[in-house]
Amino acid sequence: MKNKSLKATFGAAAAMAVLALGSSAAFAETDLDKELIVNGEEKLVTRAPAADHLKGHLKEVFSGWVFRADETQALQMDDFDNPGMIFVDQARDAWDTVEGTEGKSCASCHGTVEESMAGVKAVYPKWNEAAGEVRSLDMQINDCRTTRMGAEPWKLTKGKMTAMNALITLQSRGMPVNVAIDGPVQSMWERGKEMYYTKTGQLEMSCANCHEDHYDNYIRADHLSQGQINGFPVYRLKNAKLNAVHARFKGCVRDTRAETYKPGSEDFLALELYVASRGNGLSVEGPSVRN
Amino acid sequence: MASGVKPRVKVPKSAAAGSSITIKTLISHKMESGRRKNKAGELIPRSIINRFTCEFNGQPVIEVLMEPSISTNPFFEFDATVPEAGEFKFTWYDDDGDVYETSKPVAIA
Amino acid sequence: MELTRRNALAIGAGAFAATILPFKVSAAADEAMMAFTGGADVADGGITITSPEIAENGNTVPVSVDAPGAVSILLLADGNPDPKTAVANFGPLAAAQKVSMRIRLAGSQNIVAIAKMADGSFVKASNPIKVTIGGCGG
Repeated sequence: MKNKSLKATFGAAAAMAVLALGSSAAFAETDLDKELIVNGEEKLVTRAPAADHLKGHLKEVFSGWVFRADETQALQMDDFDNPGMIFVDQARDAWDTVEGTEGKSCASCHGTVEESMAGVKAVYPKWNEAAGEVRSLDMQINDCRTTRMGAEPWKLTKGKMTAMNALITLQSRGMPVNVAIDGPVQSMWERGKEMYYTKTGQLEMSCANCHEDHYDNYIRADHLSQGQINGFPVYRLKNAKLNAVHARFKGCVRDTRAETYKPGSEDFLALELYVASRGNGLSVEGPSVRN
Repeated sequence: MASGVKPRVKVPKSAAAGSSITIKTLISHKMESGRRKNKAGELIPRSIINRFTCEFNGQPVIEVLMEPSISTNPFFEFDATVPEAGEFKFTWYDDDGDVYETSKPVAIA
Repeated sequence: MELTRRNALAIGAGAFAATILPFKVSAAADEAMMAFTGGADVADGGITITSPEIAENGNTVPVSVDAPGAVSILLLADGNPDPKTAVANFGPLAAAQKVSMRIRLAGSQNIVAIAKMADGSFVKASNPIKVTIGGCGG
């Protein structure tokens, strides 16, 4: 149902926001070149040329880190300042904990997380040949839990899963995101791409409207990023916990005043695959810290 | 018993005798302020960590009396003097009576 | 000129700064200050607060207080329903009388720090912090 006056108001507001940015001294210019160095030694790539598939859309890709206030950026530069790391510690304990009917822990099959999980997150979501489907890391974790450990699956957006996802993500930190977009994943990738550019909701906005057309501008008091997910799971200051990708997608879609999708749904899996590929070339950053 | 409470502290492994080191401490805790309401509109009762202490070989370094305005997952950073080899002991006291502890040894370089 | 949020914020900042002098705190903050100082005179200076001008999110705001030679520091969030935020007591092995922490702010306000010095005197400082409401940050 089109609401012309609402659209006009929003359009005008967005235009004003864009114009007002130039004239205000309150918000400093974004330093797109600022370096993210963790623990004084690990340099993460937060600015990279866009992948080929983004031709005509984006020339460069930026990590969400670049758009945050100095104080927020600082929280991610030391693993003892980063509050997300307490949940990584919890996951380290869970990694070694025996659970389920088979009497196994993650460690029983995988050994140490550092060795077995290096480079894993960087290529997820990906095609699983044996299962004949595209899988996110969360899906793979739950598959291991249910089929190999005989344990209960974890809810995608709850603490135990986000913590384990963060622990595994950490083992790829600093490696370039490198998600495949062709071959068996292609049709799901195309589906995700279509979702990204489709306007939804009463506000008739697509992901691209904010994150491609207006990144670095302000929407009300929010500094828009490119919506990259190389930093997930993300510790948000707003809710003081680790957040999963699908949880954020759900919120974004809801904010366009549309009927939102379920975390773990195929729709969000397609979107996660596509959005991850938009970040190809940026470093895996998680667990990151954002507003 | 508050569940899932886990401390995480950064203390250098060694230091020169008499030198100053920076310590960072983090602990996972909801810090329920007592001001939030649940879905039924009732106030969720306060349940926070109300006190944090750090000692070295039994001598006090710092004590922080904490109130609900401290964020979830309380963080403190402070500097301590290391007079000799020994152990830093960190203690957090919960409203519900639980006490969380962790310690880190420091050698003299 | 349309009163956009940005302009309002900029104007508000000026007005805000004006309200800092003379020094005034809410009743609850005043009570906490009285309890800490016992009504003694509180001078300015000798204590520094480091805090952001604009808090990216009011739920977690990093601040630090530093008062060389202090015995203890009281931190107040003047605009919070319970302004008393923390009291830091420094022991003999504190290498510096300073501490960093993260606090919650209910809205734009002043944070105030009062230090009790070794000689029993008191000093204070205050910083304004703007807390914005996000956009679509969900």
